[in-house]
Amino acid sequence: MLIDWFTVGAQALNFLILVWLLKRFLYKPILNAVDAREKLIAAKLADAAAKEAEAQKERDAFQQRNEAFDHQRAELMRKATDEANAERQRLLDDARKAADTLSAKRQDALSNDARTLHQALRRRTEQEVFAIAGKALTDLASSSLEERMGEVFTSRVRAMEGRSKERVAQGLVTAKEPALVRSAFDLPAAQRTAIQKALNETFSREIPLRFETAPELVSGIELTTNGQKVAWSIADYLTSLQTGVEDLLKDKDTPRPSAAPKPAVNAKAAPRTKVAPKPRTASKSKKAKPETKHP
Amino acid sequence: MRLSPDDMIFWRYGFLKLNGTIVFTWALMFVLAVGSKLVTRKLSTDLERSPWQNLLEIIVTGIEKQIADVGLRNPEKYIGFLGTLFLFVALASLCTIIPGYEPPTGSLSTTAALALCVLVAVPFFGIQDQGLVGYLKSYAEPTVIMLPFNIISELSRTLALAVRLFGNMMSGTMIIAILLTITPFIFPIAMSALGLLTGMVQAYIFSILAGVYIAAATRGRQAKAKPTLATTA
Repeated sequence: MLIDWFTVGAQALNFLILVWLLKRFLYKPILNAVDAREKLIAAKLADAAAKEAEAQKERDAFQQRNEAFDHQRAELMRKATDEANAERQRLLDDARKAADTLSAKRQDALSNDARTLHQALRRRTEQEVFAIAGKALTDLASSSLEERMGEVFTSRVRAMEGRSKERVAQGLVTAKEPALVRSAFDLPAAQRTAIQKALNETFSREIPLRFETAPELVSGIELTTNGQKVAWSIADYLTSLQTGVEDLLKDKDTPRPSAAPKPAVNAKAAPRTKVAPKPRTASKSKKAKPETKHP
Repeated sequence: MRLSPDDMIFWRYGFLKLNGTIVFTWALMFVLAVGSKLVTRKLSTDLERSPWQNLLEIIVTGIEKQIADVGLRNPEKYIGFLGTLFLFVALASLCTIIPGYEPPTGSLSTTAALALCVLVAVPFFGIQDQGLVGYLKSYAEPTVIMLPFNIISELSRTLALAVRLFGNMMSGTMIIAILLTITPFIFPIAMSALGLLTGMVQAYIFSILAGVYIAAATRGRQAKAKPTLATTA
């Protein structure tokens, strides 16, 4: 018989003991360890998933922030560009204004300089012209001219009338001293007599006279009495001409566009005398010029 | 010539005796229990673990998977019984490479004991799962006429289990013993390797069949088709 029943029973018991032993020492601990590990792995996976989700969220947030930042930067850049452009425009305008002002100032200064120079030039020219005219007339003056002047003076005296004649007559009457007759050269007796005679006839009385030579008159005769003066001299003409020219230049210099030179030089040139021998003086001075060249 | 380690008697006291089968079984039990204890003494639940723990985990989870594949829904419940069956039979045949060792499964007493354990375990798990009435009813499935055939099938498959394992293990040992007398070189090694293979296959078949029977008992009609398929193995 191959089956030993005692052994069968013993083996069955042995097997059951082995089942218990292996359950105790093998299956339970191993399965527990596997379970624990699976749980650990699951936890780790869940953790990783959570972290991934969080990372995704953070990445999204970061991306969003990045986009917002980009947007803001673009906005700021645009704003800055606009401001810079505006500032540039303003600076350009300022610079242009400043340049305009400066240029206007320089223009003014230039025109001032030009005016000053022009003025100086004119003054100088004027002085030269008058000096030359004075010199020429002085050179021309002579006894015969004086003689002729005496004639002219007497004829002027005779021609006096109206208020000027009255004023001179008044002066002659109230004078305590004899009236003074000044001339550039010593008058000859005939002329002195002619002047005395003309005055006597004009004012219908005997006029006491005192004759004097005054080279500064250039050429001409002057009667002074008690503040009143009757004169015909080239110096007077020159003075009045100079005054007239200066007035004209002043008018020109002032920046008045309507300062047209008035042809009233001759009218103004009339000396304080009541006599106005303008045309002749002009012609005389014109004539004098070529003559002065002869000597 | 000794057919079974039962004949290897070390100690006898009347009815009680200590034969080779029991001694080798104790040795295997000692190796299994102490080896498991040593490995599982410091188990790591972390991701890093010792190679021995890895081996045991592979074996245990592999058995668990096989049980689940058989159709048992709660493998942890059956792994104690089915897993021990497999490990015992497998280690018994694996140790045949040790000289002087005779597998306890080469004894009909051992295989009969194991088959009896299966015979008891099947109704045990069946009643636990379906209740006594539910389990007994399954013998009358699909009709009452099938009741005697079912009972005969229950007994015959237990016998088949015992004899199949015994025959395979005994024949393996026998062949090597005979070959050693005929051609003592090389050829016994090849046959020994073949014996290892058949031992593994037998361990697998024994435990899987036990699992199938239990599955049939616990799930009733649904698993009826499987035993017919398994019995052909």
